Amino acid sequence: MASVTLQSICKSFGGPPVLDGIDLDVADGEFLTLVGASGCGKSTLIRIIAGLEPQTSGSVLIDGRAVDHLRPHERRVAMVFQSYALYPHMRVFHNIALPLVMTRLALYERLPVVRLLSMRRRRVMSDIAREVQAVAKQLQIDALLDRRPSQLSGGQRQRVALGRAMVRHPSAFLMDEPLSNLDAKLRLHMRSELAELHGRLGTTFVYVTHDQVEAMTMSDRVAMMDGGRILQLGRPADLYARPANIRVAQFIGTPPINLLPARTSASGAVELFGSELPIRVSAPAGSASTLGLRPNAIVPAPIGTSRAGHHSLFGRLRRSENLGAEQVLHVDLAAPASGSLLCTTTSDPETFVGDTRGLALLFAPFACHVFDAEGNRVDAQSQADVAPSLMRAV
Amino acid sequence: MSATVAIASGIAPPRRNRQRFIESLAGCGFAFPAFLLLLLTNLVPLVVLLYLSFTNYELGALDTKFLGLDNFHKALVDPVFHRSLVNTFVYVAIVLPGAVGLGLLIAVLLHRRKRMRSFYEVVYFLPVTSTLIAMATVWQFLLHPSLGPINGVLRALGVHEIAFLTEPSYVLPTLAAIGIWQLVGFNMVLFLAGLSAIPRDLYEAAEIDGCRSGIDRFLTITWPLLGPTTMFVIVTTSITAFKVFDTVAVMTRGGPMGASEVLLYAIYLEGYQYFHMGYAAALTLIFLAFVLLFSILQTLVLERRVHYG
Repeated sequence: MASVTLQSICKSFGGPPVLDGIDLDVADGEFLTLVGASGCGKSTLIRIIAGLEPQTSGSVLIDGRAVDHLRPHERRVAMVFQSYALYPHMRVFHNIALPLVMTRLALYERLPVVRLLSMRRRRVMSDIAREVQAVAKQLQIDALLDRRPSQLSGGQRQRVALGRAMVRHPSAFLMDEPLSNLDAKLRLHMRSELAELHGRLGTTFVYVTHDQVEAMTMSDRVAMMDGGRILQLGRPADLYARPANIRVAQFIGTPPINLLPARTSASGAVELFGSELPIRVSAPAGSASTLGLRPNAIVPAPIGTSRAGHHSLFGRLRRSENLGAEQVLHVDLAAPASGSLLCTTTSDPETFVGDTRGLALLFAPFACHVFDAEGNRVDAQSQADVAPSLMRAV
Repeated sequence: MSATVAIASGIAPPRRNRQRFIESLAGCGFAFPAFLLLLLTNLVPLVVLLYLSFTNYELGALDTKFLGLDNFHKALVDPVFHRSLVNTFVYVAIVLPGAVGLGLLIAVLLHRRKRMRSFYEVVYFLPVTSTLIAMATVWQFLLHPSLGPINGVLRALGVHEIAFLTEPSYVLPTLAAIGIWQLVGFNMVLFLAGLSAIPRDLYEAAEIDGCRSGIDRFLTITWPLLGPTTMFVIVTTSITAFKVFDTVAVMTRGGPMGASEVLLYAIYLEGYQYFHMGYAAALTLIFLAFVLLFSILQTLVLERRVHYG
């Protein structure tokens, strides 16, 4: 068990930097997820931690000790690859045993015939067999130890890869998109299994994924990466509730956040489609440029409905998707607004939209996320006179 | 087509049967030219060879006598044939490990190179593309006891000059070295193809799992995963080595004192120097039996291929 610390890691493959000064502190026993679209540098970063890729500058510390000069196996980290990288010519037992065989037996003790010279080999191998059995039992693959990887299903291969990582009792687990090759149902299952495994082992996990659901559901903290930088680092709930950047807001949450063009009036109030919202930004006029609104913060209602402390937009229902527990509505906004947005509802919109397909969209202004022209979050306050009524509405 | 029409109108089989008949007829029609070619170029000569091996046919002779198995019996007790068989096996025993081992070594060394790889590939492959007869003449000059530069260098170093091609105990290793020189490039290309099929992930996983040195990586990943390639290379190399002829014919003519007389050269002498076509045919059949043995080995191995995918 160990903490992992990254100090201003930079990496470039000759061209523009792939990683641009990454600072990150992963606490001992923490489950930290690096999430981002493909090409954001998250896989390169985890490979640098593993020692598979040298960084251009900066330093990696494991348990407070710089490991930059150490080879991958000396860093005492285990890695699970997206492809699992199981050795196809070895049976499951040998796949899991290899890390122990490599560290506990000398070269001559691993060679055919010559190994018969070793007095202690038999004893070491029986120790290894016991440990492999124990790990296999934990992962419920003890019945598969005699098979080759090609005879296993995707989920079983995944477990073997995990077993190979666990058997060494590493100081940290590095996982590079370990669930991407599984089908949707199995991925859901392995997600909770991995989270439970982390709870049981209590070891540091650094997990790379492009799937925000995995990041949100499994991690203690999430680092959202883009363009070789960490955009935001925090608890999953924080990334969802207070996205620091418009790209974080777009990436986290399903269905995706609605982004609407906004302006800041001379008085500092935020204007949406020409009408002023009762929220103001402290920054100079013109700083608010985009308004983010989560689909579940919008209440669709029959035209003519109004609610205290809520702002309304009007639109026409284009399409609705029934997800069972809720429906996702695709709404084209009506003048003076323009564009379209998504909202979710648990009630059936068909009961009130009628032939015109028209509907009102109500939202509380303080639920809006305000972003400036660069895409950074701008803190907005409710105007003093409307604040009390808003509080009651909540 | 006329046959089809006749059957169709005469017996009028059910529609589906007729369809199937037309299809099989068309299939045979397409296969026929290729089969004819195969028959004329491979199978008929083989049958003629088999017939000749039972006779005392001599090139240009007017009448021949049927001898039964006499030719094969003669081969069994012929000391010249025995010597050529032993020489051939010695040659294969040197060329096989040399050409396979060196090919693998060069492939492993070149695999991870980026800039110089294609240069080295071309250089090592050049002997494969050259005509061995022409190259044998060049080697003959290079190895010449008094005129050859190789002995020149040996002399300059103060070492005794070596009669590579005229000393009976040196001649087979010398020919084998030339055989290796000629085969290494081809084996290297096969091994390079095998190496590039090994996923990089595996080497990275092995590195994390504690494969420290290149030897560890080679023994854990490269060698076992190259299994199918290695088997193929071994079989093709042994068959090629078994067929050695060009260098012997150009450089030594089986000499000195039969020390380099190999199977194919013995057959050539019997058939085209002494005109004993019947006996040469029998020797050729024995040679074919050996090649067939290697081929069967290859088929067996590739059938239950060392394949894990």
